[in-house]
Amino acid sequence: MIGRLKATRSVPGGRREGASQSRTGLRDRYQAWLQHHRLSAADSMTRVIDNPVSSVMTWLVIGIALALPTGLNVALDNVSQLSSSWDSPAQISLFLQDGVSDDRARQLQAELDERPDVAETRFVSREEALDEFRTLSGFADVLASLDSNPLPHLILVSPAGAAAQSAALALREDLQAYPDVAQAVLDMEWLQRLNSLMELSRRLVLAVGGLLVVGVLLILGNTIRLAIESRREEIVIVKLVGGSNAFVRRPFLYTGLWYGVGGGVFAAVLVAASLWFLRQPISELAGLYQSEFRLRGLGVMGGLNLVILGGLLGLAGSWLAVARHLADIQPR
Amino acid sequence: MISFDRVSKRYAEGHDALREVSVNIGKDELVFITGHSGAGKTTLLRMIMLMERPSRGQVLVDGQNLANIGSRGIPRHRRNIGVVFQNHRLLLDRTVFDNVALPLVIAGHDHREVGRRVRAALDKVGLLKRERAMPVTLSGGEQQRVGIARAVVGKPKILLADEPTGNLDPGLSAEIMQLFEEFNQVGVTVLIASHDLALISRLHHRIITLRDGRLVAGGKS
Repeated sequence: MIGRLKATRSVPGGRREGASQSRTGLRDRYQAWLQHHRLSAADSMTRVIDNPVSSVMTWLVIGIALALPTGLNVALDNVSQLSSSWDSPAQISLFLQDGVSDDRARQLQAELDERPDVAETRFVSREEALDEFRTLSGFADVLASLDSNPLPHLILVSPAGAAAQSAALALREDLQAYPDVAQAVLDMEWLQRLNSLMELSRRLVLAVGGLLVVGVLLILGNTIRLAIESRREEIVIVKLVGGSNAFVRRPFLYTGLWYGVGGGVFAAVLVAASLWFLRQPISELAGLYQSEFRLRGLGVMGGLNLVILGGLLGLAGSWLAVARHLADIQPR
Repeated sequence: MISFDRVSKRYAEGHDALREVSVNIGKDELVFITGHSGAGKTTLLRMIMLMERPSRGQVLVDGQNLANIGSRGIPRHRRNIGVVFQNHRLLLDRTVFDNVALPLVIAGHDHREVGRRVRAALDKVGLLKRERAMPVTLSGGEQQRVGIARAVVGKPKILLADEPTGNLDPGLSAEIMQLFEEFNQVGVTVLIASHDLALISRLHHRIITLRDGRLVAGGKS
């Protein structure tokens, strides 16, 4: 509470200079206030470090509680980054009739390319499709046992222009009417589903994050309450010799701050470590989809924000505990 | 310096700790308060420190009516009063130096001033060489002297002591009392609650006697 004063080894000055009342100027008070902040901060830090096991446990608990929603949020960001690159040009997949030959299919592709409302087409022959399916699906054995290729030819059609949804729908209707086309599928529905799924996930992350923040506050509040309990006698003495509530409160607020900041650092490290752990398989997966996708991490600012958030939560949690318990401790 | 005007204190359970006590204590006085345990000695001291408020009557300390001091003003009020406890109430995980420095740190003195004053106070009670020691390594008498150094280091106008010699043998008790007399001689108002009649009657100071919360002797100075 008072901090351990560093006593300078100076020669003791005179004895009591009369019984004059001690008066301290405003500037001295400010200096003393700063000094007590420094002392409290250092003393609280010493106490945190002096109990490494329990401190690391507290940091880990807070770190995990913060890392969970943060990690989920980073994952969502990555998914939305991924989906936004698919977003705009909706694609129409034309599955051709079984009997359609390669030549006829290429001819149809050329016809479609002539249409003003078609920007681009890509032909995937049934053989190519089978190859691709074999590599990606892992059903190679099953596929090998089939007598014939069950897959149809496929033409991927990208609508021209900004591709308003209605235009894309009209185009799909048109294409469906071609006799060679078995089925025209507008690949937009899954995108819409993905988007609403993302929205749902975002809300879930928010809710989980909110709950965990409350949890962090309670954990910190409890930790600080225990710290207050263990120093009850000291608090009484300080109040007896004229310590104000602010003076008594200060070291506990700093304790909360250190726990929170440490928790934030742990959370940032946990998130970074998980991303590092996932980086390799994800870039492999992206490679399989011919995607240049790279996992996007927290970044320096994200980490810093996490530490600041931890610190704020630490202050808030200890403030809750201090407000509840310090007033109860009065000299008896 | 301290005046009680028909002060009564009744606790919630109906016990009367003080009944209509009126006492005036002058600036340069050293006064003993005596009486059996439960007679109201401690309650009297606690009221001066604002650890307790009267049910009726008023208390004036250094010209200020304590009824006008709200809970926010209590710390400032206490900084002007030095207190010595029977069980000394030292911080056991801090050195002697840090214990004595506590009131100065709270009052906000810079650390050079703190060091100077703490050493002066420790010198006064004869413990200058023990400033680095932890309180548990000291004897009972030494611990009490650390408590006294802490009480006077802020140069208070008033020094209160509740059974300061309660746990000490007669020789040490006399030494402690002598210390209080020395502080009184430099102008500090000293109020000591004690039931050690044999000791205090030898010292020729005014003695206030309480019995069951009533003042029975020593009220007028």
